[in-house]
Amino acid sequence: MPQHAHINLTVNGEPTEVAFAPYKTLLEVLREDLNLPGTKHGCELGECGACAVLLDGQPVLSCLVLGVDCEGRTVTTVEGLAIDGRLHPLQDAFADLGAAQCGYCTPGFLVTAKALLDEHPRPTRDQIRDALSGCLCRCTGYQQIFEAVEEAVARGAR
Amino acid sequence: MNIIGVPRRRVDGRAKVTGQTRFADDVILPRTLYCKLLRATVPHARIVRIDASRARARPGVRLVLTGNDFPIPYGILPVSQDEHALAIDRVRFVGDPVAAVIARDELTAFDALDLIDVEYEPLRTFADPNDSLQHDTPRIHEYGDSGNIHKLVSLRFGDVDAALAAADHVFEDTFFYEGSTHLPIEQHAAIAAKDQDGKLVLWSSTQTPHYVHRALAKALAVPAAHIRVIATPNGGGFGGKSDPFNHEVVVCKAALMLDRPVKICLTREEVFYCHRGRHPVLMRFKTGVKRDGRITGMRVQTVLDGGAYGSYGVASTFYTGALQTVTYHVPAYEFQGCRVFTNKPPCGPKRGHGTPQSRFGQEIQLDKIAEQLDLDPAVLRLRIVEAPETLTANYLRVGTIGLAECIRRVTRASNWRETFRKLPRGRGVGLACSSYLSGAGLPIYWNDMPHSGVQLKLDRSGGVTAFCGATEIGQGSDDVLVGCVAEVLGIDPLDIRAVTGDTDLTPVDLGSYSSRVTLMMGNAAIQAAERARDVLADAASRKLGVPKARLVFAERRVFDAENPPTGLEFSEVVCLAEAMFGTLGTTGSYTPPRSAALFKGGGVGPSPTYSYSAAVVEVDVDPSTGWIHVPRVWIAHDIGRALNPTLVRGQVEGSVYMALGEALMEEQTFRRLPPKLSHALVHKFPSMLEYKSPTTLDMPDVFTELVENPDPQGPFGAKEVGQGPLLPVMPAVANAVYDAIGVRIDEVPITPEKVLRALDAKAAGKRPRVGPSRFPDVAWPEPLNVPPPWEGGDGTVKSKVESEK
Repeated sequence: MPQHAHINLTVNGEPTEVAFAPYKTLLEVLREDLNLPGTKHGCELGECGACAVLLDGQPVLSCLVLGVDCEGRTVTTVEGLAIDGRLHPLQDAFADLGAAQCGYCTPGFLVTAKALLDEHPRPTRDQIRDALSGCLCRCTGYQQIFEAVEEAVARGAR
Repeated sequence: MNIIGVPRRRVDGRAKVTGQTRFADDVILPRTLYCKLLRATVPHARIVRIDASRARARPGVRLVLTGNDFPIPYGILPVSQDEHALAIDRVRFVGDPVAAVIARDELTAFDALDLIDVEYEPLRTFADPNDSLQHDTPRIHEYGDSGNIHKLVSLRFGDVDAALAAADHVFEDTFFYEGSTHLPIEQHAAIAAKDQDGKLVLWSSTQTPHYVHRALAKALAVPAAHIRVIATPNGGGFGGKSDPFNHEVVVCKAALMLDRPVKICLTREEVFYCHRGRHPVLMRFKTGVKRDGRITGMRVQTVLDGGAYGSYGVASTFYTGALQTVTYHVPAYEFQGCRVFTNKPPCGPKRGHGTPQSRFGQEIQLDKIAEQLDLDPAVLRLRIVEAPETLTANYLRVGTIGLAECIRRVTRASNWRETFRKLPRGRGVGLACSSYLSGAGLPIYWNDMPHSGVQLKLDRSGGVTAFCGATEIGQGSDDVLVGCVAEVLGIDPLDIRAVTGDTDLTPVDLGSYSSRVTLMMGNAAIQAAERARDVLADAASRKLGVPKARLVFAERRVFDAENPPTGLEFSEVVCLAEAMFGTLGTTGSYTPPRSAALFKGGGVGPSPTYSYSAAVVEVDVDPSTGWIHVPRVWIAHDIGRALNPTLVRGQVEGSVYMALGEALMEEQTFRRLPPKLSHALVHKFPSMLEYKSPTTLDMPDVFTELVENPDPQGPFGAKEVGQGPLLPVMPAVANAVYDAIGVRIDEVPITPEKVLRALDAKAAGKRPRVGPSRFPDVAWPEPLNVPPPWEGGDGTVKSKVESEK
């Protein structure tokens, strides 16, 4: 076996140290080495958007990022969206408005929507469509997802 | 009603938005080993030799299994026990599992697959139904109706020839419906282990834990009582996780042999090979109508490309001919269906199961009929809608029908009268309708037991636990369970814990298929809750001195309807009842009404009640590129009653979405590798990038109308919603394209290339149509003659002579 890689990074606000096989993607490091299975995988080829996380605030597909490239960087996953034990307004709105059906694509949508709101606090419907176009959902038909993002904005999310 | 009918956050909503929902691949156990499957690289071959010695010798490899380790076949239907966990002697499609490696980690297992040597002796490849119809040998399976024909069906309900002869117009059309796959975002995953008692436990992303339980007991020859199947919440199902799968059987066997947990998560490519998706169907409709549009008789013929295994295929075959009669009145009806085996991943049940294909043909043909008769297609349909409380020609008992109201709602909302045939060239609107089962009336294996069971445990804390075998696949079944119980007991949904989909803990529910869960589990839940309420009411009545009949259960209290301050907290009542009667628990169960269809094949189609839908789709077609843009869809659905309108709307919109994918882009299709390679028949694009599905940018605005007319068969009057609203959308798109540019695309997907081809034909003065031109010759058997109810029939087969008298 190759020697383990060893990095320091910030995950969901916490300084984190982790060792892992150097070929592992950020997705695998999160799920398998950092015990954060909230981030999902649907293809592991960068096609579905289920594994999206925020890397230094930008949405990335964690299946296409190598763990070793994350030294010193900041990662936010669905587990890190809640603030002080309270759900992020996006999470509340997704739950209230039916934006999560099976819930498998939901973590990817949530972090991608968060990145959108960080950049555009009052996005138009078209900006929401554009921002989320890399995430596939087979359950909802997307409409309740759009509405949930808009509702989160109305509830003061950013 | 405090809970039912009120839009509400689903009970499992919080878990889904925090990443806490534990899907199968999120189940992590100590000492887990990992499994990978070696899959066939040739579409049809005899296995001459498998040599796994090099793989076994690889450091880190713990076990290699091959077909000989799995001598007992299984399959979802009792009549199609044609699968082995790993191929024995024969592979039948590229992707058929041949061997399994279990190793210390996924990478080691994956690398070891390359060290297994398999020698194949190629057999003739059957690439499409014509191949299979024309060549009896070699047979893909040693069973079936003949050669490579898996199933032949021929049913006659009345004298269709006479009915067609009595018509003013007879229409004959052929259509083709391409196959498509479910594409759940969650790849199938499973983990098996021995529990502390040495019994087998399987966690799996399955829609049907009860059927997996049965299949494992059979295939592994282990007593069913020593097997526990836990259906983890599915990350999307749509029918694609309804069969017992190879990988489930393999990890169970390995876990038993190694006494270690064994896990598998399929790659996306493998999910395309599991398939069990929409059957490609070629179909022919011959329909006679009177001048006013009334149907005199209809003959439907279908040929289904089944792929390499039986799966649900016998049922799928019947379903292509089952539901034509429940939307519009058809006095004489004949159906002939044929499913063939081919060397491709097996087809099975995808959302709508066998009915979307023929619904597509039927609704386009109606559009053609309306045009020929110079009738508005909405007016025509309203004229021929089936009557409520009807026994159809093929003995389906229809209860409430909200179809006419659905048509009125979508035509009004879409401003149909001002748009149909009135929009500028390139823009168009199309209408279509449909119906679907609220649960199959019969179980997959013959038995007289309930289809769904619910147990309630009432706790001194005031909490209630609801146990049911139903499986949460995203549709919201846990929420239906909890909502029904909360409504009856007058408590908050969050006071109730749902324990579902666990064959050790929960009473049997047959599974999340055929849109059966809301109706069947809902009725069982109401029965269990009413029994609990009865016991609690006894206790409260004694304590309060108020007659039982006057007690109200609401807002976590039990109180006197005539004097609301006189009452008790719900939790107090539970304690009182427990003191008076002992430990509290109740059960409820549901069995569908007996079917009126007593002929062979009559098991497919009956349902306690049917949902109805109508859709108007608007399209913009660019005649220079053929590109179709869908800006708006209006859809009305006869739901009976919406238990949680937020979830109902989600099912409707999700159905529209999936339907647009099938209408415009999705296709599970195959190609030959170049001859200088293997020339093997392979999947064209087993990846999410190349298998096109609609994104946020493709999704139109959807305007949903719910028609609520409570059905006596449904829980609080509810019907299904998970599948029905998909059905009208594909034909409505085709009809809208015709309205926009005057060409008929009689097949899906309706691609720009086909639009341009049809426009070219039109410009050249040829028939402006793209679609199949011929229907194959099939040696149909003599039909079973079942006289319809209005000819004195009783649902049984009558001899030919007798029926012709």
